[in-house]
Amino acid sequence: MMVPINYFVALSGILFILGAVGVLVRRNLIVMFMSVELMLNAANLAFVAYARHYLSMDGQVFVFFVIAVAAAEVAVGLSMVIAIFRTRQNINVDDLNSLKG
Amino acid sequence: MSLDLFLFFSLAVISVASALAMILNRNAIYSALFLVLNFLTIALFYLILSGPFIALAQVTVYAGAIMVLFLFVIMLIGPHRLAYSEANRWQRPAAMVLGLALLAEAVYILIFRPTPAISGEQPALVENFGAPKVLADVLFNQYALAVEVIGVLLLVAMVGVIVMVKNAGKRQT
Repeated sequence: MMVPINYFVALSGILFILGAVGVLVRRNLIVMFMSVELMLNAANLAFVAYARHYLSMDGQVFVFFVIAVAAAEVAVGLSMVIAIFRTRQNINVDDLNSLKG
Repeated sequence: MSLDLFLFFSLAVISVASALAMILNRNAIYSALFLVLNFLTIALFYLILSGPFIALAQVTVYAGAIMVLFLFVIMLIGPHRLAYSEANRWQRPAAMVLGLALLAEAVYILIFRPTPAISGEQPALVENFGAPKVLADVLFNQYALAVEVIGVLLLVAMVGVIVMVKNAGKRQT
């Protein structure tokens, strides 16, 4: 017996919401970034589940593209974190308020 | 309960628990390690959903390369500088309330209003579904342009990272 598709979609939704809550709750730039990665993975899980459901390879191809874009995004984002840390000596988002109006 | 369902629920518990531990842990290194555990369980879900190539790409790219980059940056900055701060206390309960509202909406849509697309059993597997050869056939024929764009994107990201980190060093000195 196979696992119904709704279970995978529900799990993907739960992981996505955990990632969104992580972005909102944490003040540490790196952990917020890791929560964004968690949200990307939740979306990927839904993609693969639907690819299995419709027996179409397109979902898996999209997951491949998402992984490649996530790799580029992490490289750029972490270099921005390092640039911020070098100029401010701090990566707490509450202290990065010099643009505050 | 069948073996598949048992496997699914045990893996789902591990994946949700490691995601929670990632969010709640005060130490950024432990957060990164819990995220690696979460990525590995998701790779196992891909194997259950008959996507072996995607599962291994997940392990090598996400759990391997990307998380090594995260750990490297955490070590570079120094974990002692990443302390938990308690500024803006009202934000945390607000985030919890908003997250719970989002969860309630998702549960409502998924369980009480199932559309035909997301209800029902999975269809039987066709032969060779998810095999790397089939995936490569779609990837390099139908999506060949997108693959090239991804290659350019990775190159631009690499050049951008080098330029950005170099300039940040100059500005400081």
